[in-house]
Amino acid sequence: MSVLVVTEQQDGHWHRMSLEAIAAGQEAARALECPFLVAVMGSNVSELAAEVAAKRVSEVVLLDDPCLEQYTADGFSQALRQAIDQLQPALVLFPHTYQVRDLAPKLAASLGKPFVSDAIGMRVENKRPVFVRQLFQGKLNGDVTMEDEGPHFASVQSGAYRADAVEDGASTAAIRSLDLSIDAAGIRATPQQPFREAKDAVDLGAAEIIVSVGRGIQDPDNIPQAEALARALGGELAASRPICDNGWLPLDRQIGSSGQTVSPNLYLALGISGAIQHVVGMKGAKTIVAVNKDPGAPIFEIADYGIVADLFEIVPALVEILEARE
Amino acid sequence: MNILVCVKQVVARDSVLRIDPDGKWILDDGLTFEMNEPDTYALEEALRLKEKHGGEVIAVTAGPERSASTVREALAKGADRGIHIEDERFAEADTFATAQALAAAIEKEPHDLILTGLQSDDSGFGQTGVVLAELLGLPHATIIMEIDASGNQLRCKRELEAGWYQNVTLPKPALLTIQSGINKVRYATLMGIKRARRKPFTRYTPDDLGIAVTARQRLQRLYQPQQTQQTEFLQGTSREISEQLVAKLRFEARVL
Ligand SMILES: Cc1cc2nc3c(=O)[nH]c(=O)nc-3n(C[C@H](O)[C@H](O)[C@H](O)COP(=O)(O)OP(=O)(O)OC[C@H]3O[C@@H](n4cnc5c(N)ncnc54)[C@H](O)[C@@H]3O)c2cc1C
Repeated sequence: MSVLVVTEQQDGHWHRMSLEAIAAGQEAARALECPFLVAVMGSNVSELAAEVAAKRVSEVVLLDDPCLEQYTADGFSQALRQAIDQLQPALVLFPHTYQVRDLAPKLAASLGKPFVSDAIGMRVENKRPVFVRQLFQGKLNGDVTMEDEGPHFASVQSGAYRADAVEDGASTAAIRSLDLSIDAAGIRATPQQPFREAKDAVDLGAAEIIVSVGRGIQDPDNIPQAEALARALGGELAASRPICDNGWLPLDRQIGSSGQTVSPNLYLALGISGAIQHVVGMKGAKTIVAVNKDPGAPIFEIADYGIVADLFEIVPALVEILEARE
Repeated sequence: MNILVCVKQVVARDSVLRIDPDGKWILDDGLTFEMNEPDTYALEEALRLKEKHGGEVIAVTAGPERSASTVREALAKGADRGIHIEDERFAEADTFATAQALAAAIEKEPHDLILTGLQSDDSGFGQTGVVLAELLGLPHATIIMEIDASGNQLRCKRELEAGWYQNVTLPKPALLTIQSGINKVRYATLMGIKRARRKPFTRYTPDDLGIAVTARQRLQRLYQPQQTQQTEFLQGTSREISEQLVAKLRFEARVL
């Protein structure tokens, strides 16, 4: 029995959530009182394996194969099935990245097992893991257990565990290189190199004040109101994804996991519910103000100042006060 | 090209949710339901592909009785046929149970492409499509923002994190999970709603399909999240709130 964390890297660089998953794995292995293994996957990634070996881990497992150079669901799940076969872990943890969303459900399903996605916490009851996950877009939390015997599969949400909580090991852990036989013909997808869309990039990363609008703005004709507030504050205008999806603001003003990550002094969220994919892009802000008419909106969980009200009443009042101050 | 599109009925956005007395799910009464938003984009994409390449679009759901209206909505927007695997337990079912039901129904239909939304707004597992692909033995790609089905292979654009994308080609048949914003969704017309009434609508029970609805992950308890941050809530009239906020931002937070 062991806990196995599957890390993610790209071209020899860690995905930043890999360390968070290792932190989660260290905690889980301690709670389950079992060895802690970390898998490093890719092609020519032994340097990364050596880095992990310095952490408090029982053993580092290296899945190194030319077929793993670029991510494919088929290639990676073949490799991981072989690893799981050899290691027999009780619990397999992943960081909840886009790649894991593509991979882990397939891997777990191929073994007839459930996958608890996007957990924000874990505890052990009767020697079995209980996961906490968000439901209804973060409005409610749920405790989730798995019915059958392991291996159990789960991924941890961005920010749920702290990368700086990862403990170093007392000594360097051993690295076990697994023998893999990946059937290249079984890899059905052909991925190309990742790319960025050419765009007239607005870099919101440098903005000190950001006024951000969500679906609560209701209509593109209302955007100028938020714009006026941004102007009165000397800040930039940004938005949640649905606003950019609708074309009400250009894509380069989108904050969140698929947009920009910002950490301004002030982030004023207008009619934004606070879904995790938005929050990961702005929770680093020094001061967060949320205006939302729903007192149960998850955005209030991270706001310093909360205003439960109709944004269309607050925004004009704010603009008036700020302009009078000039 | 025959396209199956999986749609789910979920509680309407901005609903006030009440937890049921045994703490296992939300209370249904008084709520309104709608098509899961990412699924509306999947349906729209299916309809556009059909308009371009011909063939048939079949909308399929595994859900309680009420979700028939979501299949009807898909028919009204232009889907040719509807399939409803009906069982009350699907309202709270886990991915595996849902995907098993969808797979059993889909196996009966010729298919070149299966589309699903990338996740649901209620349970938010984000994995029904991928598990379905695995159960059907099909290749898949997730978080899709563009599909080119004109060649022998499917060419699609995957969204990656932080503004990155990747093109992937897959052999047909394949399953794609669709990201919100891939297209502009259409509304049902009055004509469409009328026509929908005469379109073929197949209803199955889990028994008809020879499947069991058994959960492999179980929601033990549903509850309000705890406040972790000390949020200071400002109160008063809009004017008073705004004055307090400006003062606090200047003198307390010192960000103005
Ligand atoms: C893979 C993936 C990637 C994603 N990437 C991103 C991303 O990069 N960025 C992002 O933002 N989202 C992203 N999302 C979407 C995310 O999950 C949410 O759906 C989205 O953030 C919701 O936007 P919203 O808060 O504006 O809308 P909603 O969730 O609809 O919230 C609107 C809020 O406005 C409030 N409101 C309504 N009217 C008023 C009013 N008059 N006054 C005050 N308040 C009002 C409501 O109470 C509600 O809380 C992603 C999702 C996925 C699955």
